[in-house]
Amino acid sequence: MIGAVRSALRYGFELIERPFERLFGPALNPLAQLGALGFFFFWIVTVSGIYLFIFFDTGIERAYESVEHISRAHWYHAGVMRSLHRYASDLMVVMVAVHLLRQFAYDQYRGVRWFSWFTGLPMIWLLYGSGITGYWLVWDRLAQYVAITTSELLDRLPIFGEPIARNFISTGTLTSRFFTLMVFMHIAVPLFLLFVMWIHILRISRPKINPPRSLAAMSLVALIGVALWKPALSQGHVDLAKAAVEVGLDWFYLPLYPLSDIWGRGGVWLFLGAFSLMIGFMPWLPPLRRTRAAEVDLAHCNGCARCAEDCAYEAIRMVRRTDSLPFPTQAQVNAALCTSCGICVGACPSSTPFRRSEELKTGIDLPDFSLKELRERTIAAAQLLQGPARVLVFACEHGGAHKLDGVVRLPCVAMVPPSLIDFALSRDLADGVAIVGCAESACFNRLGIAWTEQRVAGTRDPYLRARVPRERLTMIWTSALATRRAAAEIAAFAVRIAGLPRAKLRSPLQPTTMTASKRVEQTAAELGSGS
Amino acid sequence: MTKQLRYAGQFLVIAALFGAVAAFANRPVYRQIPQGSAIVVLTFVHGADRSSECRRLTSEEIAKLPPNMRRVTACPRGRRPLYVELDFGGRPTYRAELPPTGIAGDGPSRVYRRFVLPAGTYDVSVRMRDTARTEGFDHTRTGTVTLGPDQMFVIDYRAESGEFVFR
Repeated sequence: MIGAVRSALRYGFELIERPFERLFGPALNPLAQLGALGFFFFWIVTVSGIYLFIFFDTGIERAYESVEHISRAHWYHAGVMRSLHRYASDLMVVMVAVHLLRQFAYDQYRGVRWFSWFTGLPMIWLLYGSGITGYWLVWDRLAQYVAITTSELLDRLPIFGEPIARNFISTGTLTSRFFTLMVFMHIAVPLFLLFVMWIHILRISRPKINPPRSLAAMSLVALIGVALWKPALSQGHVDLAKAAVEVGLDWFYLPLYPLSDIWGRGGVWLFLGAFSLMIGFMPWLPPLRRTRAAEVDLAHCNGCARCAEDCAYEAIRMVRRTDSLPFPTQAQVNAALCTSCGICVGACPSSTPFRRSEELKTGIDLPDFSLKELRERTIAAAQLLQGPARVLVFACEHGGAHKLDGVVRLPCVAMVPPSLIDFALSRDLADGVAIVGCAESACFNRLGIAWTEQRVAGTRDPYLRARVPRERLTMIWTSALATRRAAAEIAAFAVRIAGLPRAKLRSPLQPTTMTASKRVEQTAAELGSGS
Repeated sequence: MTKQLRYAGQFLVIAALFGAVAAFANRPVYRQIPQGSAIVVLTFVHGADRSSECRRLTSEEIAKLPPNMRRVTACPRGRRPLYVELDFGGRPTYRAELPPTGIAGDGPSRVYRRFVLPAGTYDVSVRMRDTARTEGFDHTRTGTVTLGPDQMFVIDYRAESGEFVFR
């Protein structure tokens, strides 16, 4: 059931993301920057809130007047700030909601990712707490509606001795001290939200907390434009003698308030409880089946820290050496954080398939899918290749080619050490290599695409050797649902390399007169694998 | 597509999305109650009498108490539930026995109830029983009120004067 919902949602997201990616490119695609944009809007809300506080009067009589003064007499600065404060808060809700749905759709919330998902739940509560307390401060008709409905909701809980809603039955029952409390709440709750936002990204390596500058600049300018076009205004002074029966509701922050009239206060709490429980338990419904965590082989680890640098989950750290080898540090894997994505295997300079040792070893390896097995699968896949342009495909299991026959399937394409590409071409296992990963702005393992591209481009260790002809290598980034597109791009690549002159990086050990299939067999025999 | 055109397109998409968000920031308008209606709120916080009468302690019982806690009478901590009735336009609108609050049942009873009624003139009668009596009421107020559209009419009880307040 959950899987079907996830698939449907993923399909929907991909329909939306394709045009976005075409227009913005993968680097600027707002759908790939939802978390960073959330942070960005938080800072806008913070700065505009501090500015507004200079002009705001917390007195029961003066609160409304001071906000009106801000919005009317000083519309060109404080008024714009009020609108920025308001709309950036709304945009935060939108970012959080879409971010949550997208993480769910792409199955990026289970396994070790439960932590970020789970800590997102208090963020939702705190975000709504921040927004709702903000609406009280304006002390207009909407504030009256929000104050009374919120109080009635809180009174439904068996916590308070006297109904809070009684504070709003007549003008004399409310004092300025109440406003001071609300201002305190409106500052304290967002501060606590910021603290939880920090916890939310603790277990993520290189979290994106700032959107690209051009996207941030465009967002800010667009937000100012919207603030000028549709300034946020108050809805008339509070009149406790009259019910605030007709209000322009902020449907991002207050959608449950009308529902409380239909479901009742208890119904709203039941819904919120059920929603929170569902979100809280989702990472284990069902739990993600995990393969065993990466393991370090100290005999082959020189403490270069490339695996720790490349890990997308902060699962590897460098610690003091525990053996007698003359290196100061060694890698240490935190199994609780490891997703077994294999990016570390691809990052290790010891991961070279050219090694002739019987038991191919590397510095860090996956127990359930070792480098040795990867080499064997590569050779086995190469043995099945036929035709004038043999394309060996390394396919991410979350990308478009994972369902195609004859591909070498991996948890992440960044598990492929660059030397394996060199190996495939120099041993004449294939005429070309295609690396097919996830869609560019939706990399399942966050950094797999970036690291692969940088290794191939020679800007990130370990580099793909310069001798490897780049025209015989292609990188295709497609979503898991775009199988046909992946197959078409692989076929087009095969046509391209069919017209290329013969590659000149053959191993000197192999005579050039040997047929391609013989050479693959010889490689398999030499390395004792591939059958 | 030139770079400038591309940027313009990106900006337009972002601005359109933000504009849509701003539009939903206070539209559509929500109407809480039907037009031509008023809200009546019955709310008060009031503690009924103790669950039973105070009892005079015997000299033996007093002697058993610690010296600093000796007293002549022992009063039960808990309170009785409070019974309230509200009639609007001659019709029974609300009947409830309100239990005392607090874990030990020693806090005041409380009520906060909203009723939506069509605007118009009504005979109002509110009655409350807060003592041990089983028949009749200890506090009563009747009157005629005219509710305007969207009006908020509150029925409160002031313990200090022992009477219901209409406002």
